[in-house]
Amino acid sequence: MKPRHKRFALVGGGLAVLGIAAALVLNAFQSNLVFFFTPTQIAAGEAPKGKAFRIGGLVKEGSLKRQSDGLTLQFIVTDTAKEFPVAYTGILPDLFREGKGVVAQGKLDDNGLFVASEVLAKHDENYMPPEAQHAVDEAQKAQKTVVAN
Amino acid sequence: MIPELGSFALILALLVALVQGTLPLAGAARGSRPWIGLARPAARAQFLLVAVAFGCLTWAFVNNDFSVVYVAEHSNAQLPLMYRVAAVWGGHEGSLLLWMLMLATWTVAVSILSRHLPDAMVARVLGVLGLVSAGFLLFILLTSSPFERLLPAADEGRDLNPLLQDPGLAFHPPMLYMGYVGFSVAYAFAIAALLSGKLDAAWARWSRPWTTAAWVFLTLGIAIGSWWAYNELGWGGWWFWDPVENASFMPWLVGTALVHSLAVTEKRGGFKNWTVMLAIIAFSLSLLGTFLVRSGVLSSVHAFATDPRRGIFILLFLAVVIGGSLFLFALRAPKVGLGGAFGLVSRESLLLVNNVLLVVAAASVMLGTLYPLFVDALGLGKLSVGPPYFHAVFVPLMVPVLLLMAPGPLMRWKHGSFAEVLRRLAPALLAALVFAIAVPFAYGRWSLLVALGLALAAWIVGASVVGILARMRSSQLGLLAQPRSWWGMHVAHIGIAVFVVGVSLVKGYETEKDVRMEPNDTVSVGGYAFRFIGVRPEMGPNYRAMIGELELSKDGKVLQILHPEKRSYFSSSMPMTEAAIDYGLLRDLYVSLGEPIDERAWSVRVYYKPFVGWIWGGCLMMALGGVLAISDRRYRLRKAAAGKVAIQGAPA
Repeated sequence: MKPRHKRFALVGGGLAVLGIAAALVLNAFQSNLVFFFTPTQIAAGEAPKGKAFRIGGLVKEGSLKRQSDGLTLQFIVTDTAKEFPVAYTGILPDLFREGKGVVAQGKLDDNGLFVASEVLAKHDENYMPPEAQHAVDEAQKAQKTVVAN
Repeated sequence: MIPELGSFALILALLVALVQGTLPLAGAARGSRPWIGLARPAARAQFLLVAVAFGCLTWAFVNNDFSVVYVAEHSNAQLPLMYRVAAVWGGHEGSLLLWMLMLATWTVAVSILSRHLPDAMVARVLGVLGLVSAGFLLFILLTSSPFERLLPAADEGRDLNPLLQDPGLAFHPPMLYMGYVGFSVAYAFAIAALLSGKLDAAWARWSRPWTTAAWVFLTLGIAIGSWWAYNELGWGGWWFWDPVENASFMPWLVGTALVHSLAVTEKRGGFKNWTVMLAIIAFSLSLLGTFLVRSGVLSSVHAFATDPRRGIFILLFLAVVIGGSLFLFALRAPKVGLGGAFGLVSRESLLLVNNVLLVVAAASVMLGTLYPLFVDALGLGKLSVGPPYFHAVFVPLMVPVLLLMAPGPLMRWKHGSFAEVLRRLAPALLAALVFAIAVPFAYGRWSLLVALGLALAAWIVGASVVGILARMRSSQLGLLAQPRSWWGMHVAHIGIAVFVVGVSLVKGYETEKDVRMEPNDTVSVGGYAFRFIGVRPEMGPNYRAMIGELELSKDGKVLQILHPEKRSYFSSSMPMTEAAIDYGLLRDLYVSLGEPIDERAWSVRVYYKPFVGWIWGGCLMMALGGVLAISDRRYRLRKAAAGKVAIQGAPA
């Protein structure tokens, strides 16, 4: 094989690898990006049906209820403007508290309940999940605008 | 007084680093002996000064000096001594100082272990390291001094984050930083080669053990971190594709590529430019990791925007390092040249494919890590890229890497033949098929992933066995007389196979159950039964604990009583889950307490994790392989016979 052909083969091979990788990445992005919605956005009907997404905000005080099986929990996530009910079966992370920030990942069911497959835990009690903070900030900003008008 | 001494030592260290980063480089360019001679003493002085600063901070922690802000924020008088020392690197400022201490340690190691190198080369390498140090010292002094005072002093410290109160913390960051920072040596060697325009096999032989050493530390650091997460976080996971983890994994991937490409440069004089490029990328990724973890950009893009000093500094530093290196590369790479030619079917091509795939894998990890940050920074919404993305991209990229690991070491340099190699690999192929069919069958459940993983593992081990047997037949010397680097390669490759077995079986056959348990309730997973006995309170040195008792049995035979805990530390309201794990060679059984449901019942999480220990066992073998490679005679010979020319054809 001539050196020129060899170089072609090597460059071609490299490009093929890159192409395959790009295809994999795009494909994985398509199906695995998880978007975030605040309770206000969900109330406005912006959240997708039948596709996983994240919800974040504060756990409403006094809203945590345990069902009779002992493992299924229900609580309300609020961004201080709107509220949304969330159900989760399993053991909550150590940092889950009423009145504190929370982020959950899951899907909406037919009854308008957010069924979480995962409740995210962070490493510090004073730490507010950025998404939860964002949700509260957005809601308060919106309220201020309403008052100003 | 002592903290001020620490501050002062850091300022002096910066001045010394500036001297070390300028005069020796200029000296090497102009051929001025006295300036070249400055490099070694400057490196040593800088190390001493940084060590003094680090000692001062440690002193403040050990003696509970809460008049220092950093100490008051990260320690507490009740904390056991061991954790007071580990708390030195429990926060931002201290971990940067640890970073700096590691950099100074690597620099001084180069200055001591480089007697056989030409002086001009040493001056360039130490000079580049000096510039990197100067950047970091400036960063510490300007934005993150750990010695700032708190007036009036606090009576009591705020305590170390309970999650970090674990022996794992004592070792994880230092190991990881040794790895991160170690790539600065490879980087300095690469820049030195660009500056001098000389890059030959001897250069590769010098920089190879340093690169491998950094890689070993990084491997161990990541493995310890993963082990710590498994033991301490209470979720039984060992890798979460969390941005902080990815930050350490990207340099590891590129570092692995670099270790292999250096082999080509040393043995065949090939891949020269590529090797230099990889060294630059590996170190840049280490810096990027530091930026991601230390700038606060991960917890929130907006937090970064409100206090941008730290982030901006590292970003600028990153821009200077990457931009400067690439500029130099563009200028000098033609002079360095590509190096030796090789056939399309040869060991070089296989290593090239390995390199390309590893770099592409690192790029895909980077994309998944940075994409949400970009989208957020541009105000296009908030989203996250979770483990499914990484699995979907990473697994298909790694399968060919693992597949080619078997023929790689058997292929001839320069010009080989696939037919010949495949013929020799026939037994390995057979082993792969047998394992792929037998193991899922033994577990009673078919899984493509498990079959593929086991086939690849058996294929790799089989190839190593073929290689070792062939060497045994052809060499008159015994196997033990074979070069350590040759053994190192096989041990590390088998380590990868062990790791792959662990990952495949855990992913394929683990069982997890969250259950409500009252005393005497029993739950069974993976053929083992857990009987819940009860929960009792107990006091620890700085926490209160609820200790669960579960009896573990198999086929009616009691094996062990497990004690998972739920702790609340006095200094914080945050509870901590301490899992109880029954470790085994073939499986781990893992129990953690959830929360009390009523008077008698608790929620309990139990896991059966087959072969999970093999994941870390494999990492240990990879690291051991690296250590063997570094201890190879040919790296030491050169020192004994400095002066004499003792370069023989080095074994592969």
